[in-house]
Amino acid sequence: MTQTPKKQGEFYQRDRRWHPPAYDKDYKTSVARSPKLSLISLENTPSEITGPRFGHGDMTPIDNDLLSNYAQPDQSPIGERIIVHGRVLDENARPVPNTLVEIWQANAGGRYRHKKDTYLAPIDPNFGGCGRTMTDENGYYFFRTVKPGAYPWRNWVNDWRPAHIHVSVFGSGFAQRLITQLYFEGDPLVKTCPIVATIPDPEAIEQLIAKLDMNATIPLDTIAYKFDIVLRGRRSTLFENRLEGN
Amino acid sequence: MPQSLEYLKETPSQTAGPYVHIGLAPGAAGFQIYEQELGQDIAGPNAKGERIRVEGLVIDGTGSPVKDVLLEVWQANADGVYPHPEHANHDTVEEGFRGWGRVITNFETGEWAFDTVKPGALMGRNGQMMAPHINLWIVARGINVGLNTRLYFDDEAEANAADPIINVIEWEKRRETLIAKRSERDGETVYRFDIRLQGDDETVFFDI
Repeated sequence: MTQTPKKQGEFYQRDRRWHPPAYDKDYKTSVARSPKLSLISLENTPSEITGPRFGHGDMTPIDNDLLSNYAQPDQSPIGERIIVHGRVLDENARPVPNTLVEIWQANAGGRYRHKKDTYLAPIDPNFGGCGRTMTDENGYYFFRTVKPGAYPWRNWVNDWRPAHIHVSVFGSGFAQRLITQLYFEGDPLVKTCPIVATIPDPEAIEQLIAKLDMNATIPLDTIAYKFDIVLRGRRSTLFENRLEGN
Repeated sequence: MPQSLEYLKETPSQTAGPYVHIGLAPGAAGFQIYEQELGQDIAGPNAKGERIRVEGLVIDGTGSPVKDVLLEVWQANADGVYPHPEHANHDTVEEGFRGWGRVITNFETGEWAFDTVKPGALMGRNGQMMAPHINLWIVARGINVGLNTRLYFDDEAEANAADPIINVIEWEKRRETLIAKRSERDGETVYRFDIRLQGDDETVFFDI
């Protein structure tokens, strides 16, 4: 375990070649929504090192249980019952405690509860499709939900999104802000998806695939997948940064 | 083989997609689920300083408004202090001042707006003051990695001219894309800030 330094410095620079580029012709919506000019690289200031903070007062304990947080009393959504759990870590492999994790997803039939979703699969009256929680002091989080269904979307005429859960994470500084998607081990649609394929490096894609975790299942009740999330790490200020001049 | 450094790689980003509201602003998606949605009150009731409204459009490369975008706001209070333990004097921040909020669009027009207080200037790197600014993070379908930009204020011309971040931008013409325009409407102070993702007058986005 890396020793925790007394004082932390800037965030490591984001590896832009690990992330998807803004423009990808095969993900058509990105074409008109991608900046063409270069991002301007900034060294961290307090505006990037700080970020919003949340507490248990911001939510209720049921918020991380998608099986019950929108269901009628004594009912539950249709679909494969799953636990999604893991840790939020930084690039130094240190846990990120007390940070907000939010998820959203389609129901088991691949339909979102959203006024703009018109897919013919039905809305599930007992499923909202969103949850949120705080990581504990070890960076650990968990949700209970149903496995989302695949669904078609307009890109080429016959594109299907693999089953996925959208994940939003904060970290301690605004520079760590991240939204990504969780996919499921063994899903053949992962390889066909133009949104997955915006990520250039196959190893980076592997990082988004939650692994079946039999040890975390609840026997005769709920199956489990493990999904660790890594946010940007920070320099240790072993020596003061030379801030004047260059 | 040399020794391994054993760093982890950051989880790669994926687009927030068209249904981002379900997760981050379910009321906008069309249903109530949480007792309290997060990010709806940036400054809180006790914040000092000038109350302002900021409004605008996010515009794509065809000149059309992006109607399904979601923005997040992060700003200091009127004294230039962030409510965060690593910022000096953070314990002086007014109770209820979050400095953070979520902004959704009108799905028909793409117009968005948020109410807050005008932030104060604050110290940046190298002892250089940064002009008052609001940090914005923009996600939507078609945006593969959330876009970071900063909003500055056109009535802070002197502070803007000395701002170390604005001055990093080599092209003076492009600096204008970060300046919100002040006006008065029904006794309210309104700043207009249109964000152009692409094309003529493309907004400056930062790799922070």
